[in-house]
Amino acid sequence: MAEFPPPVRRIATDGTPNVVDPSPREAVPEPIARALQPSYGPERLRIDRVSIRYEGAPKPAVNEVTIPVRQGEVLALIGPSGCGKTTLLRSLNRLVELTPGARRDGRILLDGDDIDAMEITRLRRRVSMIFQQPNPFPMSIFDNVAYAIREQAMRRPGKSVLMPRVETALRRAGLWDEVADDLNRPALRLSGGQQQRLCIARALAVEPDVLLMDEPCSALDPISTGVVEDLIHELRETLAIVIVTHNLAQARRVGDHVAFMYLGDLVEYGPTEELFTNPRADRTRDYVGGAFG
Amino acid sequence: MSTPTTPGGRGRRDRLMGELRLWRPLDLLGVAAAWAVGALLVLVAATLVLYMGYKGLQYISLDLLISRPEPGSDQSQTGGILDPILGTLLIITIATAIALPLAVGAALWIVEYARPRWLARAVESGIEVIAGAPSIAIAIFGLAIFQMPMFGWASFSAADGGGVFGRSFIAAGSVMSLIAVPSIFATTREALQSVPRHVREASYGLGKTRWATIRRVLLPTVRPDIATGTALGMGRIAGDTAIIVLLLGATLQLQAGTEIPGIGTLQGTGSTLTSYVYNNSPTGEGNAPEKAYAAAFVLMLLIVGLNLLVAQIGRRRAGNDLPR
Repeated sequence: MAEFPPPVRRIATDGTPNVVDPSPREAVPEPIARALQPSYGPERLRIDRVSIRYEGAPKPAVNEVTIPVRQGEVLALIGPSGCGKTTLLRSLNRLVELTPGARRDGRILLDGDDIDAMEITRLRRRVSMIFQQPNPFPMSIFDNVAYAIREQAMRRPGKSVLMPRVETALRRAGLWDEVADDLNRPALRLSGGQQQRLCIARALAVEPDVLLMDEPCSALDPISTGVVEDLIHELRETLAIVIVTHNLAQARRVGDHVAFMYLGDLVEYGPTEELFTNPRADRTRDYVGGAFG
Repeated sequence: MSTPTTPGGRGRRDRLMGELRLWRPLDLLGVAAAWAVGALLVLVAATLVLYMGYKGLQYISLDLLISRPEPGSDQSQTGGILDPILGTLLIITIATAIALPLAVGAALWIVEYARPRWLARAVESGIEVIAGAPSIAIAIFGLAIFQMPMFGWASFSAADGGGVFGRSFIAAGSVMSLIAVPSIFATTREALQSVPRHVREASYGLGKTRWATIRRVLLPTVRPDIATGTALGMGRIAGDTAIIVLLLGATLQLQAGTEIPGIGTLQGTGSTLTSYVYNNSPTGEGNAPEKAYAAAFVLMLLIVGLNLLVAQIGRRRAGNDLPR
């Protein structure tokens, strides 16, 4: 690392908006170099030159992206639609494998272990996911959380055994006080914001190391969004969080680091304030400045 | 799904009339035709129900429901319809017990696995063919199968060790299950397809296996649809005649095929309400039109009951449903 901060790949501004600078990558990818700046905690997840392509697509949905994810930070992935941020997120717990024709290259390391070598059910308990639409299962509030906790084993632990863990999860998601009086209510009777927090509780119940959030607030009203964002702030103390968002203001509010992706490429990665106030790539400046979206 | 009754019903009508004035004549004609056709269908349905109700109530009695049918040349001697009622219930039970796991399993496989592709396509078109096949064709095919020596246990064989009779509750119930498979399969498949992908992924994302997801998330989600399809299928089973006539023997009374209690009945022959109506209709050989009307009325009650059940299930699911 001779130079700091290292040079940033420039994107041809004179080209059409769909053309990304095809210049060859440097030996040490730029984001890693930037990531050497002081941060919050130990690295939990390493996305290492990950490419994902869908069968039949002319170019990869994600193109050789390298980003670290640290304990105690929120990493926000931003970029216009179709830039590959959700695909990248879904690759982190190998959900992308469920899409027929999707193929991933490159490595993803969780605490230094290659996630491809892990048992998939175990990986997904360590890297848990929240979706865009609140999607509680059609069962009671209690069962929604308990379903996450119960192991695959045939013997099913009783309600009294599970209760403390269910309560902990609901408390961490800030939902306990609202639902404690009747945990047997169908989860689908809750409001949208409560449903999303139930989904967060469900994801926390498996005690993950990393929490993935795919636009978790896009289906919520502003008040529920505020509640969920506060929650993200609290949760990052104990977890590494990766959040995909369309909402730049939200990325700025909740993100500690931001990665801007465009057409599958990682254009810029850096501390949130720096990326928003002093972007180094022209494309980033245009995007955060609202020139395109 | 009732429209709220507003006090301004008259105002609403005026508004409707005002709006209609703005319509083009051809559109008005179309709407009028739609109304007329709708009213006609309602009229036909109402007439059918009222006529059957009138005839049925005229001849039905408790005694008729609980006494066994007897052979006789006069309507006063031919007994009741207990055996056809039992036969109908028995056939519904057997056929549903076979069709339900088959159809739900097939739907799960089609939606959740469907590999290899060609086999999935073949299964889907196979079920479509069954759905479209006339039940008499299915019946004669079933008879050919159950008359094979390897199915001798399913009915009874001639005393001299000759041919297999091939007519029994087992045979009729098994073949009848094919009648119910398409409706259960279709409703289950559509319900599964309408479960959003992210709901499955939420379960996979918690480290759950495909099977756990099916058992604990998908099946509970689509249970009302399975129930709807099953009730519809039961209605079709209760209403089918061809398979009963060919494969159940349509005998007047339940006749055990062997001496084994219980199982003997399943190996034996009998009748259902449909075959009873068929045989006793004014032109039928039994020539007991009063009994036929009574039996048809009971059959209609049964099917209307099943339809009400479907509607009830449909209503219960509202408000406790996944976002679609």
